[in-house]
Amino acid sequence: MKKLTGKPVFSGTAIGRISVLTKKDESIKRVHVDDMEGEQSRVMTAKEQALKELQALYEKAVQEVGEAGAMIFDVHQMMLDDDDYLDSIKNIIALENVNAEYAVATTGDNFAAMFAEMDDEYMKARAADVQDISSRLIRVLQGKEQSNLDGDEPVIVVAEDLAPSETVQMDKSKVLAFVTRFGSSNSHTAILARTMNIPALITVDYEESINGRMGVVDGKTGWLIVDPDEDTLEHYREEQRLEEEKRILLREMRGKETVTKSGKKIKLYANIGSPSDVASVLQNDADGIGLFRSEFIYLDKSTYPTEEEQLQAYKAAVQNMAGKTVIIRTLDIGADKQVDYFEMDKEENPAMGYRAIRICLDRIDLFKTQLRALFRASAFGKVAIMYPMIISVSEVLQIKKIVEEVKAELRDTGIPFDEDLEQGIMIETPAAAMISDMLAKEVDFFSIGTNDLTQYTLAIDRQNAKLDPIYDAHHEAVLRMIQMVVDNAHKEGIWAGICGELGADPELTERFVEMGVDELSVTPTFVLPIRKAIRDIE
Amino acid sequence: MVSFNYVIKDELGIHARPAGMLVKEAGVLASEITLEKAGKKGSAKKIFGVMGLGVKCGEEITVTVEGDSEEADAAVMKAFFENNL
Repeated sequence: MKKLTGKPVFSGTAIGRISVLTKKDESIKRVHVDDMEGEQSRVMTAKEQALKELQALYEKAVQEVGEAGAMIFDVHQMMLDDDDYLDSIKNIIALENVNAEYAVATTGDNFAAMFAEMDDEYMKARAADVQDISSRLIRVLQGKEQSNLDGDEPVIVVAEDLAPSETVQMDKSKVLAFVTRFGSSNSHTAILARTMNIPALITVDYEESINGRMGVVDGKTGWLIVDPDEDTLEHYREEQRLEEEKRILLREMRGKETVTKSGKKIKLYANIGSPSDVASVLQNDADGIGLFRSEFIYLDKSTYPTEEEQLQAYKAAVQNMAGKTVIIRTLDIGADKQVDYFEMDKEENPAMGYRAIRICLDRIDLFKTQLRALFRASAFGKVAIMYPMIISVSEVLQIKKIVEEVKAELRDTGIPFDEDLEQGIMIETPAAAMISDMLAKEVDFFSIGTNDLTQYTLAIDRQNAKLDPIYDAHHEAVLRMIQMVVDNAHKEGIWAGICGELGADPELTERFVEMGVDELSVTPTFVLPIRKAIRDIE
Repeated sequence: MVSFNYVIKDELGIHARPAGMLVKEAGVLASEITLEKAGKKGSAKKIFGVMGLGVKCGEEITVTVEGDSEEADAAVMKAFFENNL
């Protein structure tokens, strides 16, 4: 059992026979040869082998399509055994002192040309037959194994690289996975794999001898396992089973309403961190985006993103969601993130430091730039804005004042935006939870950030593995806070949702529904499982 | 030497399948069998010879049979054409 490593460009698991594609005119070199008779006898020996292969193919075809359909292999045998054909090869060897492979290739080309010149479409196509038998003969001479993409079983296709023209000719129903030596994550191989929904690996260093062997493609790790042992096979068969289950779930749950048996509707949204995740949101059929983390715009940069840059990014996501709600959270950066150009002081306790809304209310220009971009983006779809790390009503009032300024500026310059844009806050601090009755009067919705809320409430640093044994994500303190927040929200007629990881915990789904949580926003891959869980509730 | 003319009835002309069958059939006969179409000749015992003629539906070919058993062999060839082409 051998394990080759590459880069996965599309996930999934494939188990099947490996078929290594060799380029047709690869390595047919013209080599000077002195022993002409030796070379000629090489041809005759190879011919016998090729004839055997064709006989096997003929017999297989007779079984599968009957004699009429199998006849072509019979004809191929005749061509291969034809005196004119073989004499031509032998003559080239003798006259030019060249190797058998070159002589066969030349003969093949000549005979093919003869057919190609005929004015009959059918005959023209026979040029391919001659090339086919010549290729077979050359392959035998070179000692290479048969490539069985000609076979009927679907295979794992392995190649140096795959050109669009090559993949066009392939029978897609015969391909289980793609593995290439070259390629990039945006190369044709990757795109095709995504379209076909099959696993694909790139940059795999393989030897041609793996042709015909059993293989496993692990689209998660990027491994191509050759000749897997029983345990490995069992493991991957199990993987495939799980993947199939997920696919079935997808089919069943897509397009269905997120509603309990008694008719209670829950908004089921998704959390994303960049515009490119929108595809996943749509594929997983989320009702909207409950948390669009905007940090991506600020990270990996050497200077502040402009209003225009931000607008383009938000606009793209909003348009792609085509009217479904997109709740965008304003910048939630702290000293723990790599944004040198922010020029923030080093902190002992970045989790409780100068971060998120605190930066925005201190650096108004920075805040206004983002707000302007967000409001402008609201003209292209359904946008809502959410403010992180809130601890007081006074913060919210400050925010609203700045927002009114931004709106006035946009109105004055005739730039359109959604006047009904909803504004909400994250409830992720114990303070916000405790005064949620007061906060509910000032905003349009709450979104509970359970990750941070739990950390601050339990006074546990989640990064500290030593504390894992005492970290209880289902701690009663947190659950009581959630109930309190939901009740306070409903008293003022606003909705409350959860965007933290707890929202995706199927053990708590029923409890959340009972509490009256109006919205759950989860990682895209959890949308459909949670929809199922909700639909199973009475 | 015996010869006869024959007009191809098969829509596809002498395509790969019947060409193969023809070569097989002619191959077991002792006589020399030549096909001719519009001046071009090819041995009926060689696949490239037959296919190279590119005989189409409606075209006429001349089949020439030469050897000790030419009468009998010609009859076999004639029957073959009638039944397959």
